[in-house]
Amino acid sequence: MTEGAGGAAAATPIAEGSATLGDPTGLHARPAVKLTKQAKGFEAEVQVRAGEAGTWVNAKSPNAVMKLKAGHGERLFFRADGADAEAAVAALVALVERDFAG
Amino acid sequence: MARTTEGAAETVFAGQRAAEGLAVGRLLVERAAAAEVARAAASPAEEGRAFEQALERARGQIAALVETADALGAEILEFQEALLEDDELLDPVRAAIDAGQSAAAAWIGHLDGEIETYRAGDDEYLSARAEDLADLQQRVLRALVAAGEAAGGETQPEGAILVSADLTPSRFLELDWSRLAGAAIAGGSPTSHVSILARARGVPLIVGLEADPALLPAGRLAVLDAEAARLIVEPSSATLDAVETRLARRAEESSVIAELIGRPARTAAGETVELLINVDEPGLLDSLSPESCDGIGLARTEFLFHGGRLPDEEAQRAVYRRLLDWAGGRPVTIRTLDAGGDKPIPGVTPEDEANPFLGVRGLRLSLRHPELLRVQLRALARAGADRPLKVMVPMVTAPAEFERARALFDAVLRELADEGLEHGRPPLGMMVEVPAAALTAERFACDFYSIGSNDLVQYTTACARDNPALAELADPASPAVVELIARTVAAAGRRGVEASLCGDMASDPRLVPVLLECGLRRLSVAPAQVGRVKLAIRRYGGAPE
Repeated sequence: MTEGAGGAAAATPIAEGSATLGDPTGLHARPAVKLTKQAKGFEAEVQVRAGEAGTWVNAKSPNAVMKLKAGHGERLFFRADGADAEAAVAALVALVERDFAG
Repeated sequence: MARTTEGAAETVFAGQRAAEGLAVGRLLVERAAAAEVARAAASPAEEGRAFEQALERARGQIAALVETADALGAEILEFQEALLEDDELLDPVRAAIDAGQSAAAAWIGHLDGEIETYRAGDDEYLSARAEDLADLQQRVLRALVAAGEAAGGETQPEGAILVSADLTPSRFLELDWSRLAGAAIAGGSPTSHVSILARARGVPLIVGLEADPALLPAGRLAVLDAEAARLIVEPSSATLDAVETRLARRAEESSVIAELIGRPARTAAGETVELLINVDEPGLLDSLSPESCDGIGLARTEFLFHGGRLPDEEAQRAVYRRLLDWAGGRPVTIRTLDAGGDKPIPGVTPEDEANPFLGVRGLRLSLRHPELLRVQLRALARAGADRPLKVMVPMVTAPAEFERARALFDAVLRELADEGLEHGRPPLGMMVEVPAAALTAERFACDFYSIGSNDLVQYTTACARDNPALAELADPASPAVVELIARTVAAAGRRGVEASLCGDMASDPRLVPVLLECGLRRLSVAPAQVGRVKLAIRRYGGAPE
């Protein structure tokens, strides 16, 4: 529904980033929950997709993130729109890069 | 006193025994909340309020469960907890309520669609998560039903027998079993997770009940005979008399057992038998005293990998350490991952095997994923520093397989020494579950043998464990099975190493004499069965009653 957001909100910062899933079982429940909790800590609207051809989904929804079915070695793309967009993307990329540790 | 003839004849429903026990009580029928779903909607405002309250109630229940669950159980619940905060999941339900549906119908309808999506496709991991969604679906629905029933909320009449279509593990854990006599459910199998929970906690349970629980007369008297796997509804006075007699004998036994529980297990002739316990998940240990047994004879590690988790070395070490701490110097035998068969782990166990029980499982699987086994062996060796830990590998068929496990273990021990990490050198044993291994036990250079009777029975009799139609043929006391056990014990004796038995057979007091006759003097049993097995040992070799 938020696909293609932008346009009118051109004044707010938009950030993008990506990282590869190192976990051998892929994005399973525990990492998915961690990812959404992390994303919820930011004001910005944050979206995620699995692979370049994937569909963008709300990174704050554990159900949506789970349904990405992102597997091991897959690249996760993030994009955020809002005041703290840069920080949000940086935090999520870092989370994936450290294999969801901590 | 003359016997009165009752108005209605008793009705007997057969099922399968999941956890032993005998009780008389009133039927507490947990109706599938179908009625709630079918109910006409009140105003959208009222339905919306009911929905939000049910969500709140479910959140509270999960939070309480997280409190009592161990760290690993809590992780499973966390996903459900997160879903209850997921507006993207909940908003379509709220919209449907606004459009005039009842809260229950809107919730069930939307979640059904989501569960379908999870199950669709070939992603095994996501399909497994569908169970979490279904569990959550039922939990919120129950919260809606309970709110609709009365202000008093859920009532559990003292000593009632719960009957329901199915029982999820999380529902089992939240019921107050000190107030319920036991349960009979239409779903499930004796090997399902809820059956294991019931056995470990001593809750009488019949599964696969051949009845529609929703049609049973709530509040009427019934006999839950989990010894004979029968539910007798509105029993005749003759039946009740017979049950009373059996209950009296069991009570007598219980008082003898209470005296035996803190003392070593000895036969009538005074011979000591080591009696250890099986541990499926460490949370169970909180309610158990190590004084009641001689240690842990089988600690399973599958729970660590539940739902596809792959715990790291530190996480595993902490869990193994906890088991050893609990045992307080008593021996603890931990089995490496026994995945495959009926215990798949998404992403690890092979998919599409025509016959998983004869497939890549147990040690066969571990040797194909040496990185998993390596991490586990490292964590075990480190946890076993200055502790009486033993390690065993499951599903061994040929000596060469055991040799490969041994080589991997040796390599791990060298690695730990090179890294200067504190560790022990636990004895490495093998499970004897495959007839080939039992027949040639002496050829294996293992440090001890542990007989896994469940699989040994299945493979010897060629009867699938989960097929009720073959229950009679899958007899653990069949001469073929007994012969294989006796051979294994004899081989261990010749090699001068220990042999024990850790399958369900040891937990059945009726089979204990057979095992002692085979020469076994070390048994590992379900925690709830320690007392009864001690009593059976005490009677062995004594005067017949």
